[in-house]
Amino acid sequence: MTVGTVSISFSDLFAADSRQTETILFDIRLPRILLAICVGAVLSSTGAVMQGLFRNPLADPSLIGVSSGASVGASLMIVAAGGFIQSGALLGLSLVAVGAFVGGFVATLLVYRLATSGIGTSVTTMLLAGIAIAAIAGALNSLLSYFSDNDMLRQISLWQMGNLSGASWTKVTIMASVALLLMSLFPRDSRALNALLLGESEARHLGVDVQAVKRRLIILTALGVGVCVALAGLVGFVGLIIPHIVRLAIGPDHRWLIPASALAGATLLVFADSLARIVVIPAELPTGILTALLGAPFFVVLLLQQRKQV
Amino acid sequence: MTMLADNISLHLSGFDLLRNVSLEVEAGKVTAIVGPNGAGKSSLLKVITGEMEPSKGSVSLNQQPLSQWSLEKKAQMLAVLPQHTLLNFPFTADEVVGLGRIPHQTGSLKDAQIVAEALELVDASYLQKRFYTQMSGGEKQRVQLARVLAQIWQPCELGEQFLVLDEPTSAFDLSHQKLTLDIVRNLASRGVGVVMVVHDLNLASRCADNLVVFNGGVIEAMGSPEDVLTEQLIDKVFGVKSIIAKHPATQRPLVIT
Repeated sequence: MTVGTVSISFSDLFAADSRQTETILFDIRLPRILLAICVGAVLSSTGAVMQGLFRNPLADPSLIGVSSGASVGASLMIVAAGGFIQSGALLGLSLVAVGAFVGGFVATLLVYRLATSGIGTSVTTMLLAGIAIAAIAGALNSLLSYFSDNDMLRQISLWQMGNLSGASWTKVTIMASVALLLMSLFPRDSRALNALLLGESEARHLGVDVQAVKRRLIILTALGVGVCVALAGLVGFVGLIIPHIVRLAIGPDHRWLIPASALAGATLLVFADSLARIVVIPAELPTGILTALLGAPFFVVLLLQQRKQV
Repeated sequence: MTMLADNISLHLSGFDLLRNVSLEVEAGKVTAIVGPNGAGKSSLLKVITGEMEPSKGSVSLNQQPLSQWSLEKKAQMLAVLPQHTLLNFPFTADEVVGLGRIPHQTGSLKDAQIVAEALELVDASYLQKRFYTQMSGGEKQRVQLARVLAQIWQPCELGEQFLVLDEPTSAFDLSHQKLTLDIVRNLASRGVGVVMVVHDLNLASRCADNLVVFNGGVIEAMGSPEDVLTEQLIDKVFGVKSIIAKHPATQRPLVIT
């Protein structure tokens, strides 16, 4: 909390006397840190869940189409609403956030529907449907960018880099309730996810209702990632790499993997966001740039270590 | 108490995989299924374990239609070892075997003890903390066998227990093939009904109470190995000339080709 454009010493934290210091601390920095914690936790725990569900350590939450859908929703709002964007708001959230959430939700629904037939949901089809939807979304995004003016273009690309700067107490409340919901519901399916790593029919023979577990986890992930993307834009990398790193460290048992990923994701995002606020003072970098810059080299180091062990 | 497949037919995308197959698997007996590739052995296993719905006929487990058991209760009575299990995540052997305890609420202490005993039984104690992804084919298969054994380690109050094995010994060396047969016989004497698909006729002859020969989606012959294994049958089903002798030690039929 002490770092940022206006430097506030550690002792001032507890003796914030001036109005200005108080505002900076409690209306800007504290909500931002809390938002970073929640977004980091949700992105990486849903990442862990998706990697288990798809039985693929390279899956990430965006696979089910939520991110690509959200980015179309957001771009559409930026372009369509134009100048209206600053004034338009719903429940204290910008229209962009609402657009992103709706876009993400619709895309996930589409992917899920495409992959579900009478005999259940095929994760392979879902993977492919996710790719198809992402391609369509990419095209729509380019189309929207083509028709937008300079200002809109800048807004779109900034949004796609992921940014926590707009943190407010409203956003923190929404994000924190979603994070709590996910953290309280995921443990119930941890063992089922472990069984699913063996394969779907093996999991069924172990008494797991595979279809119900899939449906539950996909809905929770869509909700969690949808809200993250709506409030903080596309913060990439966290959902893919954090669960992977944590798995290398503590193994694939989801009973530990999910909470540990949440913790590690929260830590990385707070750290990355703090850096984002100070590296180019008085301006700020988008957070998404730093999560990738920080995490990727660390990941490469881990991979190299693994290679040595084998 | 039995597992019963009554007059099963299975059609899939225009092919008749099974035609009017009836099979009774008794608790405490070993039923071995043999037959050429594509004869319908695995299809039958899929139907009796509830993985596929038969196009015609019905399957029951302990006097109740299979589909009426809840998944969890079914898992407490019926363990299934598939031919191949793809597991790309670095679980240790005891974690894999521990998955077999998912249908039970016996507490982690009891589970850990069962896991250790099951690994010991399949001669895989030394693998306990090793990563599944780094094991050889035979080691992986033994760990998976331990997993299904752990699943039916203790008798179940809901009814008799059954174990279904699809080519359990395909990756095993001689000593582990023998070990698997001993384990299967022991389970049967404890009252578990075992169904296994095997390719080695002599292996089947040695451990089966009931030998089922599949050919082209129908049951060609069924009964004790002595009655079933004849030179004519092997010629008809497999197209191979053979001599049936008696095993000097076990007195079971011995197929020499």
